[in-house]
Amino acid sequence: MPRPHFFAPSQARLLQFVWMAVSAVLAAMTLFPLFWMVSIAFKTPAESFSPNMIPAAPTWQNFIYVLTEVPFLRYMFNSFIVSATVTVVALLFHSMAGYALARLRFPGREAIFLAIFSTLLVSLPVIIVPLFIVVKTLGMLNSYAGLIVPAIFNAFGIFLLRQYYLSLPRELEEAAVIDGAGYWRIYWSVVLPLSRPILAALTILFFLANWNSFLWPLTITADQNLWVVQVGIANFQSQYSAAWNYMMAASTIVALPMLILFVIFQRQIMESIKTSGLK
Amino acid sequence: MTDQVAQISYPSEERGLSTKHREWLAGYLFVLPDALGLFIFLGVPMVLSLVIGFFEVDGFGGYRFVGLANYQRMMRDPLFWQAARVTALYAILLVPLLFVCGLGLALLVQKSNRFNSVIRSMFFAPHVVSLVVVALVWQLMSVDKIGILSRLMSALGLPGVSLLGDPNLALLAVVAVSLWFLMGYYMLIFLGGLQDIPVQYYEAAEIDGAGPVQRFWYITLPLLKPTSFFVLMISMVAAVAGAQAFDIIYVMTKGGPANSTAVLIIYIYQQAFGFGAFGYAAAMASILVAALVLMTAILFLFTRGGRFEHA
Repeated sequence: MPRPHFFAPSQARLLQFVWMAVSAVLAAMTLFPLFWMVSIAFKTPAESFSPNMIPAAPTWQNFIYVLTEVPFLRYMFNSFIVSATVTVVALLFHSMAGYALARLRFPGREAIFLAIFSTLLVSLPVIIVPLFIVVKTLGMLNSYAGLIVPAIFNAFGIFLLRQYYLSLPRELEEAAVIDGAGYWRIYWSVVLPLSRPILAALTILFFLANWNSFLWPLTITADQNLWVVQVGIANFQSQYSAAWNYMMAASTIVALPMLILFVIFQRQIMESIKTSGLK
Repeated sequence: MTDQVAQISYPSEERGLSTKHREWLAGYLFVLPDALGLFIFLGVPMVLSLVIGFFEVDGFGGYRFVGLANYQRMMRDPLFWQAARVTALYAILLVPLLFVCGLGLALLVQKSNRFNSVIRSMFFAPHVVSLVVVALVWQLMSVDKIGILSRLMSALGLPGVSLLGDPNLALLAVVAVSLWFLMGYYMLIFLGGLQDIPVQYYEAAEIDGAGPVQRFWYITLPLLKPTSFFVLMISMVAAVAGAQAFDIIYVMTKGGPANSTAVLIIYIYQQAFGFGAFGYAAAMASILVAALVLMTAILFLFTRGGRFEHA
């Protein structure tokens, strides 16, 4: 039986065209600020504020300046070390916790899970003052440890991994149990390989979040050698308040790797966020 | 080894007990690193926040108990009330806008095809750029008279408007930037929710002659309740806590002009790390946490828990 349609075919085709055009225009408007950033990064100071999108005399000078006159490479290095370390350690800890909370039976499991889950409501800004005091007491101010360790612990990752493990079939683990494997071996050689897809998605999300984080590094690093890119760039602004061409070049250098990462892994990133809603 | 010995004497029972305890031990050990870390870097600070609020902290790390003095100071501090007002205004503006834009974009690109997947990525792209960069770019575009947005405003017949210099507009600008940054994220959350609505419902409604508006009103919205609840809750918590607002405001306006964008978290940060008033800052943060807990509880009551089980 043919389904009755609300619109006549010709109407439907027109509607679809308008629909697509609206989407495309809105999407282009959304991206405009990012294109504008790249455009200014290639402009000379004199041209910074001209309304043309394509620079009249494109130049690499701004990039060269930022990379040579400011310890920008150092900031990038710090950001990379911090983000990579946090990501690797966090994935290990979170997958361990997620596996135990999903699969192993032990007294207090539900209470522990609930306690972890409730920390999802606590965001960094509201505990920034006491967290600073805790980290200071532990002697981690102005150190890589201070940048890295507190950033590792986050309930979001544990929660997602637990959900994932709940949805995995038990049979493979049971086979390993019959073979006499211990819990660590089951986790390491059965569960971890099975979680490759979600670990890949979380790797990108965690790296992204840490590369982009600003408030915490700003708060605990006074030593310029420990600055991460976001702090460096914000400081750049107070130092060269009118040199927008330099600032946009710096911004482009910071944002571009993440945009490229996003373009490559967009499917995984968007899928993992889509499912993180409420399941 | 012990297993084997046990097996010989009391086959099933003894062995079951020991494997049970082994499982317990493994469970605790697997959870330990994260539990310990969350306790030290989230649990302790939360409790500490309440405690420090009753102390005055001097520049040398000395603590002096002052009772409710910090809370009394808060009641008399016009800047605290200003910050509370700005925070409320920011949340009241941003949360509904995010909801409407997130859902609107999700509906716009709901159909799965190659065109829409490109468009989706474009809407989401701002979210992968750091807020510091986002704030810088928008600040550049809003520079008085010569920024591209200011030029656009002039062209639209609004010359001389100062987006970040006018106390009436600066907060709107911050809301707009937050919206631009977040809408793609909420679009994805809504897309996830839309995906879970069985197609049969729409087909049945179409056969009954329901138009797009009716289908949206009587199928999409009701079945999207769990997602809507989730979106409202996390966007509200993030807005009030200043999860995105801090970075944007710190870079774009530093809370100005005339404190018009000084949300609570910016004021708390200034008091703590600008003036060393850790006690006062912690007291204000406690009030912020109390407000967050209260709002979440109200939202839970109103939506009867968002009916998590049916998600």
